[in-house]
Amino acid sequence: MKKLIIAVAAVLAVFCLSGCGGSRETRVLNVYNWGEYISDGSEDSFDTIAEFEKWYEQEYGEDIQVNYDTFASNEDMYAKLSTGAVSYDVIIPSDYMIARMAKEDLLLPLDFDNIPNYKNIDENFHGLYYDPEDKYSVPYAYGIVGIIYNANEVDSADATGWDLMWNEKYAGRILQFNNSRDAFGTAAYKLNKSVNSADHADWDAEYDELMTQRPLLYGMVMDEIFNLMESGEAAIGAYYAGDYFTMLDAEAEDVDLRFYYPDPTNYYIDAMCIPKCCADKELAEIFINYMLDHDAAIANAEYTWYASPNKIVYTDPEYVETMGEDAMSVLYPPMDDFAALYNEYAYRNLDQDTLDYINTLWENVKIN
Amino acid sequence: MKPVERGRRNRHAGSFRIELLPYSLWSLLFIVVPLFFVAYYAFTNNSFGFTTENITKFFTATSQVDGAEVHTYLLIFARSLKLAVISTVICFILGYPIAYIMATAGEKAQKIMLVLIMIPMWMNFLIRTYAWMTILQDTGILNSLLGFIGLGPLHIIGTETAVIIGMVYDYLPYMVLPVYSIMAKMDYKLIEAARDLGCNNFAVLKRVIFPLSLPGVLSGITMVLIPSISTFYISQKLGSGKFFLIGDAIEGQFVANNLHFAAAIAFILMIVLLICMAIMKHFTNKAVYGGGRK
Repeated sequence: MKKLIIAVAAVLAVFCLSGCGGSRETRVLNVYNWGEYISDGSEDSFDTIAEFEKWYEQEYGEDIQVNYDTFASNEDMYAKLSTGAVSYDVIIPSDYMIARMAKEDLLLPLDFDNIPNYKNIDENFHGLYYDPEDKYSVPYAYGIVGIIYNANEVDSADATGWDLMWNEKYAGRILQFNNSRDAFGTAAYKLNKSVNSADHADWDAEYDELMTQRPLLYGMVMDEIFNLMESGEAAIGAYYAGDYFTMLDAEAEDVDLRFYYPDPTNYYIDAMCIPKCCADKELAEIFINYMLDHDAAIANAEYTWYASPNKIVYTDPEYVETMGEDAMSVLYPPMDDFAALYNEYAYRNLDQDTLDYINTLWENVKIN
Repeated sequence: MKPVERGRRNRHAGSFRIELLPYSLWSLLFIVVPLFFVAYYAFTNNSFGFTTENITKFFTATSQVDGAEVHTYLLIFARSLKLAVISTVICFILGYPIAYIMATAGEKAQKIMLVLIMIPMWMNFLIRTYAWMTILQDTGILNSLLGFIGLGPLHIIGTETAVIIGMVYDYLPYMVLPVYSIMAKMDYKLIEAARDLGCNNFAVLKRVIFPLSLPGVLSGITMVLIPSISTFYISQKLGSGKFFLIGDAIEGQFVANNLHFAAAIAFILMIVLLICMAIMKHFTNKAVYGGGRK
């Protein structure tokens, strides 16, 4: 027992030394973002983090070190942050997760005096449901879910609405999302039901749709969809508009990928926030502001192929030309009623009872 | 010989040696503490009050499969176990002879074969699994090759076969290496003696080589069975997301914010595996050390 106590004490000592040791001459910024969601210098692109460090050292004459870390899902990110065992200064979660974290008091209100570039955010992205007073978040990218199909295999006349994903003509050629929320979402939009319903009957109806669809599926996938659609291995699948262009870039010779938006469909926004565990809030705000600057914002939008809510980006002639007319019209559809559509069709945080219920239904879909 | 060996070991175990400190700290921090938390979460509810509800739920939850009522998690567990056992058996059938051939080869050949077994392990296993997708797909490399010689196409991706191929490929080295390391240390005079005393090849294998290699086989089986029962990556990628194994169930609960039930599933899985290992170890000890007559 005594040895155990000594061991524990030694561990604690090591932690304290590493935790509080050393005077802070170098400012440290910890950024936590989705994987593949920032221009990282690969293939001669703009290396956002390195450029930020360089810019900061010039501007402020101080040393800085940015630690950049990635997550694979909002839930992973939430689990890590909610334990309180980590320290991040800037995170970029999705809308419904921002709503949840704000509700659970895990986010800090931003000081917009340090983020002057916020003025360039399109008015459509103000006052949305996840942050009605624009207190906690600065939108980074947004997207709309559409359906991608291989026109060499799929009759374009069939390519309307969500029905294509339930079309028996294409049995064995269809891909569905491999996560409960998105999969139930496709069924909800098909039935024109709310994706945020608290009524079990709605989810039951969507469950029936998914069970009908199940024998028609090639599989349930997430990022594998790139490879499967590009190679012609599967013919139909729903995914995010930006990703369609990534696939288009890599499609095989005998594959002709097309894209359309079913109506209604999913809208989502990922936004930059500062979590409660932030150690240097001012620096975090400086970073957020930098991300909205001309060079960084355009580089990131070009790298990820996702639409940017930043006016500087989509009004920039060079950016518009690089993207091309087709991509611009798909990525930035007419925006007049974006806020209304978004508030109606975006995912919201579900209560625990509903989450449990969907998860049980999802397990049923999967084990059948 | 044995009692002396034991006595010595015990003396070492009793005295706390300073060299062990880093390892002790490491295992305390990264093995004991996390395991404690898994157990703690498994037996608590959202407000961290004691409950056995999570454990009960695992055994009682039901759902409909093909019109029949089934126990959801027991079914998922049984399916995972089935795939894991099949993979382990195949790994053993393939790996055991490989280990024997390696152990009995010349020194240089042994080194080359060892490197050949290890090289794939230098690559990330996620990438290797992903590569199998492009091999096994309907439009993949295998089917193109078959097409060339006028065969096929074979539909493998998304089937149980694909998942098993992936598991066997990924985990085969974990069977070969422990068996090999035991066999390489084997006293080959015993084999000669057995032959002199009139054993045929099969009898040598059955009565000498196999019993001597059992500790290696046991760790091989453990090292293949455990990761293959809890994998969700291989089944997701090569099973086209159509398989729902115990690892998927844990992940699903995690996403649905049910950390406590996720921990309960992990806890039960751990207990079952520990029991399996204890039973196997018991029989190995008996076969290796306890009265070899019969």
